[in-house]
Amino acid sequence: MSLTTADSMPPDAAAPGVTAEPATETRRVEVDSHTINFGPQHPAAHGVLRLILEMKGEVVERADPHIGLLHRGTEKLIEYKTYLQAMPYFDRLDYVSPMCMEHVFALAQERLLGIEAPERGKYIRTMFAEITRIANHLLNITTYALDCGAITPSLWGFEQRETLLEFYEQVSGSHYHANYFRPGGVAKDLPPGLPERIRAWANQFPKFIDELAGLLTDNRIFKQRTVDIGIMTPEQAMEWGFSGPCLRASGMAWDLRRQQPYDMYDRMDFEIPVGRHGDCYDRYLVRMAEMRESLKIIHQCLDQMPEGPVKVDDRKIVGPKRGDMKRSMEALIHHFKLYTEGYHVPPGETYTAVEAPKGEFGVYLVADGTNRPYRCKIRAPGFAHLQAMEVLSKGHMLADAVAVIGSLDIVFGEIDR
Amino acid sequence: MGSCSSRRRFAGRGPFFVADLSALGTALAATLPAGVLLEANIARGAELVIRIHRDSVRNVMTVLRTDPRFAFEQCMDICGVDYPDRAERFEVVWNLLSLTHNHRIRVVASTDADQAVPSVTAIWPTAGWFEREAWDMYGIAFEGLEDMRRILTDYGFKGHPLRKDFPLTGHVEVRYDAERREVVYEPVKLQQDFRNFDFLSPWEAMTTLPGDEKVHLNRIAPSETSLLDKPQVEDGTAEKQP
Repeated sequence: MSLTTADSMPPDAAAPGVTAEPATETRRVEVDSHTINFGPQHPAAHGVLRLILEMKGEVVERADPHIGLLHRGTEKLIEYKTYLQAMPYFDRLDYVSPMCMEHVFALAQERLLGIEAPERGKYIRTMFAEITRIANHLLNITTYALDCGAITPSLWGFEQRETLLEFYEQVSGSHYHANYFRPGGVAKDLPPGLPERIRAWANQFPKFIDELAGLLTDNRIFKQRTVDIGIMTPEQAMEWGFSGPCLRASGMAWDLRRQQPYDMYDRMDFEIPVGRHGDCYDRYLVRMAEMRESLKIIHQCLDQMPEGPVKVDDRKIVGPKRGDMKRSMEALIHHFKLYTEGYHVPPGETYTAVEAPKGEFGVYLVADGTNRPYRCKIRAPGFAHLQAMEVLSKGHMLADAVAVIGSLDIVFGEIDR
Repeated sequence: MGSCSSRRRFAGRGPFFVADLSALGTALAATLPAGVLLEANIARGAELVIRIHRDSVRNVMTVLRTDPRFAFEQCMDICGVDYPDRAERFEVVWNLLSLTHNHRIRVVASTDADQAVPSVTAIWPTAGWFEREAWDMYGIAFEGLEDMRRILTDYGFKGHPLRKDFPLTGHVEVRYDAERREVVYEPVKLQQDFRNFDFLSPWEAMTTLPGDEKVHLNRIAPSETSLLDKPQVEDGTAEKQP
């Protein structure tokens, strides 16, 4: 096959007779392996993954993911934008869970600026981070089921997900790329009536999880496709840099929301679901259980959320109110300065991480005292997960590689950046 | 719920205590051979940063991974940073995480385009792709990395795009040529010059204007203190002194 990379082709596989040099000995080697090119345009690749699979019959011998087909140079672009302009790039990283990406950038800047969001702002961020988590898991679980042959869950799941995206729209004006979190809080307060609508949705959602679980958890076909496929032991999971549901499915009770809490997570009462076997089925179960835990957090946020400001009261970082700008010259100057020059972040470095729906999403931010980041390295959980593809799928069938990709929750926006 | 068990909330204390981190830093300074640790400090009272020479990377990382007092089981991130003005222009940054002790450390070493940095793939296999990315983006070579291919850029890409002297627009652009029926690469043609505004105002940047002292003092954290200056300090005593 001509699609192999140079090193993935066994040297002995060259056809005899093609070589021009006088061969002193003729070796005939029959190789019962072939290489197939999975993707980059394949519906089960969850994006633009080009996976080079070396097969022995129908068994995967070697898997070499070629990534970067969605590389947009986000980190380079951010170096040329002010901090505020860099925020929307984060929505476009893991485009399935935009607000969690914004969250980490907002927190990293807050650390460097030495500011802290007011309580209501933190509650809103916590609540929307959990709404995002459910939206992410809904998409992952249902499309994962679709990869394994079940169509109905995705049809049902998207209906629920749509409701969540409407909440996005109501707070940020945008259905998807919200750009809602800010260093020092959130862009706007919740519109009237939204808490009640979120509550009404949250009250009916457990019934949906039950229905979804009814479709999948004891489904014979789904279990045959996922149980004991792609097993990761806890030791392996740690050394391959796993985090989030993939690490928890391997039996490690590790969750940054609990271990290194940020925003309001230290006041929330929730549990950390942990798997036992580290296979694809456990990764599914952990995500299902996590949705219920997220729901608990949403309810607690709605109960505890105080009234008050949603962002810090510092005109050098947060823009003035629209009404003030009509009357106050100073507010107008602040507005102009903030949205042209932006704010300056004192020199320093930080590695800040949050528990994104896919795992530890971190940003290593280097500020040099100007209004633009000097360096912004984005640590995407999927990057580490996809790297373990070979370990996970080796010795399994081709169709199992699809189940493994689905269970890892791969999104190329964050992997390729 | 099948094979899922739940673990109740344990009375975990918050992370990032300065006392813990400085204890960790002093323990590390005591464990490593003299001269290996070039610098150690706690950035903004929250993050432990150590600086080492690139030749000692493998030894330090082995200690960090295997010593049960440190037990950094996970290498969360490796990345490069480019400082073109320095003698050794690149910094390689490892961000490690210990699940056992719930602490993080940042290890920094400097290098340039010719000097290879030891690979840590033997300690954490996950380092492979991160090192490939640092090679791709900065041209930092890793000695001992078996598979040093590019990872994120195009096949046949030239240059290292995250270097500060690489233009934001790149050098080539790609389009589909309908006549030749193939994708062609051409030099970048910009319809409009790329505008890179310099916002560094000579009047007001991070300087404190009269009347703003209070705001700035509250906002800007105190300067970092090095842990190496007082390596013999007892746990916690330094923090109690006002």
